[in-house]
Amino acid sequence: MRVRFVLSQIGNGLRRNMAMATSVVLVTFISLTFVGAAILLQMQVANMKDDWYDKVEVSIFLCPGDSFAATCAGGEVTEQQVEEIQGVLASEALSDYVEEVYVETQEEAFVAFQEQFGDQDWAQRITVDQMQISLRVKLVDPELYQVVADEVAGRDGVEEVVDQRSILEPLFLILNRTTVMAAGLAALMIITAILLITTTIRLSAMSRQRETSIMRLVGASNLFIQLPFMLEGAIAALLGALLAIGGLWLGVRYIVEDWLAGTVQWVNFVSTSDVWLIAPILIGIGIALAAISSLVTLSRYTKV
Amino acid sequence: MEVERGEFVFLVGASGSGKSTFLRLVLREERPTSGAVFVAGRDLSRISQWKVPHLRRQIGTVFQDFRLLNNKSVFDNVAIALQVIGKPRHHVMTTVPETLEMVGLGGKEKRLPHELSGGEQQRVAIARAFVNRPAILLADEPTGNLDPTTSVGIMRLLDRINRTGTTIVMATHDDEIVDQMRKRVVELVDGQMVRDQARGVYGAER
Ligand SMILES: Nc1ncnc2c1ncn2[C@@H]1O[C@H](COP(=O)(O)OP(=O)(O)OP(=O)(O)O)[C@@H](O)[C@H]1O
Ligand SMILES: [Mg+2]
Repeated sequence: MRVRFVLSQIGNGLRRNMAMATSVVLVTFISLTFVGAAILLQMQVANMKDDWYDKVEVSIFLCPGDSFAATCAGGEVTEQQVEEIQGVLASEALSDYVEEVYVETQEEAFVAFQEQFGDQDWAQRITVDQMQISLRVKLVDPELYQVVADEVAGRDGVEEVVDQRSILEPLFLILNRTTVMAAGLAALMIITAILLITTTIRLSAMSRQRETSIMRLVGASNLFIQLPFMLEGAIAALLGALLAIGGLWLGVRYIVEDWLAGTVQWVNFVSTSDVWLIAPILIGIGIALAAISSLVTLSRYTKV
Repeated sequence: MEVERGEFVFLVGASGSGKSTFLRLVLREERPTSGAVFVAGRDLSRISQWKVPHLRRQIGTVFQDFRLLNNKSVFDNVAIALQVIGKPRHHVMTTVPETLEMVGLGGKEKRLPHELSGGEQQRVAIARAFVNRPAILLADEPTGNLDPTTSVGIMRLLDRINRTGTTIVMATHDDEIVDQMRKRVVELVDGQMVRDQARGVYGAER
């Protein structure tokens, strides 16, 4: 009897406030979509860092015979200079940062070069002598590149220090900025959602004040009176969350998996399984929105 | 003052003398600034907020303005009192028609409040107050909106309910009714009890 009664109360409430209920659904839908997008973007960034930071190295190019760099005034790098630089990298000060150092000789550079460009005409004329010795440094934390660069750059025999990561940096910057934007919009929309849900519950409570006062008169408990209002909000927010999950799923499925992943193959993109991963989070946030709003409103408008 | 189990008490006094406030104190809608209120042997200042609904389940209440739900049928208006306290469906289905029969509204279960006369609406309100068989029934000017004949009908009904053992406290301005019924009369002036008379009348014979 009781469950049936609560359900009919909820049904009545939602029907009477159809427009408001719809707007609550939509506003939670949009805010949670932004929340989800922000989370997915960060997952994407993390994915890419995982994939690439393992592979990126700092390359220390040592002076070839014909360099114009100031540090190369002494001509081609000497054996002694190479050892000296290796010594710096192996020193106490850098041991926490450097994981591994590998010397790429002229011969190895030539092989790698031929592998990459061997089928081009101009590449045939390059000789081993023209190749450059370099030190390939693998860092413990690729983000701390600057520490190593500062120690090594400017020493005699070092022509240039190149951080491969810097090639990726603009991409991460774009992704991070987009995340911030999505998160900002999400925050705004969440505030809107809370205000809207609060107003909706308040209107619903006010339009049923007479009913509520009569129920109280005949001894209905607080929870019993408030439950329909809370569930109304929760149902609307839950619907919004489900729509958001559906929207994100469609977006990832058709834009990322079908289109982006097909076009840009060197990136490991987020997938629909990641959407399922964040689905509980979105539902949780949706329910929390409704719960907070209900608590705030109902304690003021439907007390015994 | 004290009201015994099964008593019928009229509460009289000028407007603003505190009759409604008295009833609100018993319902714990209002809390006394001084003094104590005991209902069914329990000190109301000692029961916690969340137990107040349980208190109200033992008290039926009727008002001058009926306080019915206009979009619900007579049956639903009475049934709500049982539904909100979680009575099983079969209990509702048998008790509600029984009670409606008792208040003289048999066969009018499906009507909406606006399809009833004032007297009939008050009977619905009484049925709602009584359907849970409360130990106490409070009535705040239940005949205030009704003509004398209809009022007499309502009073007969309340008298019958009283004879089932239900304590009734009724605030009223209706001198004819008070004089006719010859029940205990308590008069209030500015919130103070100035008269407590067994088998009393409306106006004081000083
Ligand atoms: N919460 C309150 N705080 C202070 N004064 C109040 C409060 N509630 C009611 N009053 C005052 O108490 C007095 C008694 O009001 P009450 O409604 O009980 O009178 P009444 O006897 O029922 O009158 P009537 O016959 O017109 O219904 C009034 O003067 C009212 O203004
Ligand atoms: Mg009054």
